[in-house]
Amino acid sequence: MPEPAPRARLKLRRPPPPREWPWAKWLIVGTVLSYLGVLVLWPLLAVLRGAFAEGLGPFAMVFTDPVVLRAFGLTVGIALIAVTVNGVFGLIIAWVLVRDSFPGRALLNGVIDLPFVVSPVIVGYMVLLLFGRDGWLTPLANALGTRVAFALPGMVLATVFVTLPFVTRELMPVLREIGTEGEDAAGTLGAGGWTVFRRITLPGVRWGLAYGLVLTLARALGEFGAVLVAGGAVTGRTETATLFIYRSLDERHYTEAYAAAVTLGAVSFAILFGMELVRRRRDASR
Amino acid sequence: MAADARGAPRAETASRPEGRAPWRRLSLRALALGYVLLFIALPIAAVVADGFSDGLAGLLQDVTRPVAWAAIRLTLWTAALMTAINAVMGTLTALALVRYSFPGRSVVNAMVDLPFAIPTLVTGVMLVILYGPQGALGGWLKSSWGVDVIFAPPGIVLALLFISMPFVVRSVQPVLMALELDQEQAAHTLGASPWQSFRRVLLPALAPAIATGSMLAFARALGEFGSIVVVAGNFPFRSQTAPVYILTQIESDHQRAASAVSIVLLAIAFSLMLVVDLVQRRREAGRA
Repeated sequence: MPEPAPRARLKLRRPPPPREWPWAKWLIVGTVLSYLGVLVLWPLLAVLRGAFAEGLGPFAMVFTDPVVLRAFGLTVGIALIAVTVNGVFGLIIAWVLVRDSFPGRALLNGVIDLPFVVSPVIVGYMVLLLFGRDGWLTPLANALGTRVAFALPGMVLATVFVTLPFVTRELMPVLREIGTEGEDAAGTLGAGGWTVFRRITLPGVRWGLAYGLVLTLARALGEFGAVLVAGGAVTGRTETATLFIYRSLDERHYTEAYAAAVTLGAVSFAILFGMELVRRRRDASR
Repeated sequence: MAADARGAPRAETASRPEGRAPWRRLSLRALALGYVLLFIALPIAAVVADGFSDGLAGLLQDVTRPVAWAAIRLTLWTAALMTAINAVMGTLTALALVRYSFPGRSVVNAMVDLPFAIPTLVTGVMLVILYGPQGALGGWLKSSWGVDVIFAPPGIVLALLFISMPFVVRSVQPVLMALELDQEQAAHTLGASPWQSFRRVLLPALAPAIATGSMLAFARALGEFGSIVVVAGNFPFRSQTAPVYILTQIESDHQRAASAVSIVLLAIAFSLMLVVDLVQRRREAGRA
């Protein structure tokens, strides 16, 4: 997730019969349940209570405010661009890493994971360094007539960086698993490269691709630090959903902040749920 | 994760017919390399170049400024404490999920992935509501124990525990599932106590997975920003972590100071990734 990407969720198997102290099970399960309860479940319920403390009013207020609507729209727009760009290039990178072999492949494979561990603040800062005053790429942006730092393009670039590994990492094991027999057979029968890709490769990896895209989307929607630094959080211009929540907290408009946070959290949760469905389809199609 | 591609058999690639359209293969390769160079290597190079613009001495001077150094130390020790707790609790969670059946097991299994789905800023908001001075748990901790969680290091550890909870669980779980029970059963038959068989048989088998999961969690925690900025605020020497310090330096236009601390964080995180990669490669080699 995040991050080094969470591996696909694991199927739960029937546990073997316990051959140990009878109390060990209840000690372990009890510890785990109370730990997760205090760390995850209770805070989750607390934020829901906070958001709904004044009924649905704050939600109505938040989602009729044009500034908020614009912020959420911006978040969705940036996320969709990141999903598209990283979908295409993630597919290419995965294909090259699995099917191609050349000097430097191992290095490429290692570099792909770096965005997982680079702080979002540093990601945003990289955009400012490259496109700010005396930036290496500032002349390029000027020639194109666009502003990148403290503007929308910079926020898109930062989000693309942050979400770069997901599609590649989800696709690689699937590509390896489907092998090259189908592709080779189609090639022998006279199909061109593009036809082979469209008719054989793409259908074979579609669920892996979908899972990677969903992970990319979830991560992009929730991105905060990178877009804060790269875009400068200008209200009404470069303010995304997370930046709106942050500003509301800062201005002590807590119910608005909680309502927006719960909405964004609910969207992410729905995506997680969708991810589950995709994963089951993918596992079933194997 | 990091070693995904290494298992790919080279021979298979070499035996494929390469005759048709080599330019297609080459252009795809160029696209992949170009994209990664442009999007990952170039930005990192920009930070490194900026941090070293006054040479190593300038970098060291920026890193050892008291505020910067305090932020780096705070980041390192809170991440280390989180990692220690996570290693234990993550292993226990994986054990509970794989070896026992109990009511709510599938809910717990789904809950483990939640931190990957919830935006970290929202995580921060959730934790402040519960652990803040007016929160249910925060008020109790303050009045009964005199412990401040929010705007203090305990809040940072708490936020890090939340965001990196899945790493150890998801790293240990598959190993535990693939593990055959015969060795433990043999230990049992030979008269080992459950504790002995746990410590001598199970734990050594899980150790590499626990180690890689912990290192990834630690590397991820070093850069955490969204949840921490909400939970810990921005008090130099008290609750200002390295990423938050970098932000303040960017905002006050102290570019080189920001780059210097960024380089330290990047260097630690990248070295950890390298170690994880090595451990995973050795594990794969051992299996083959």
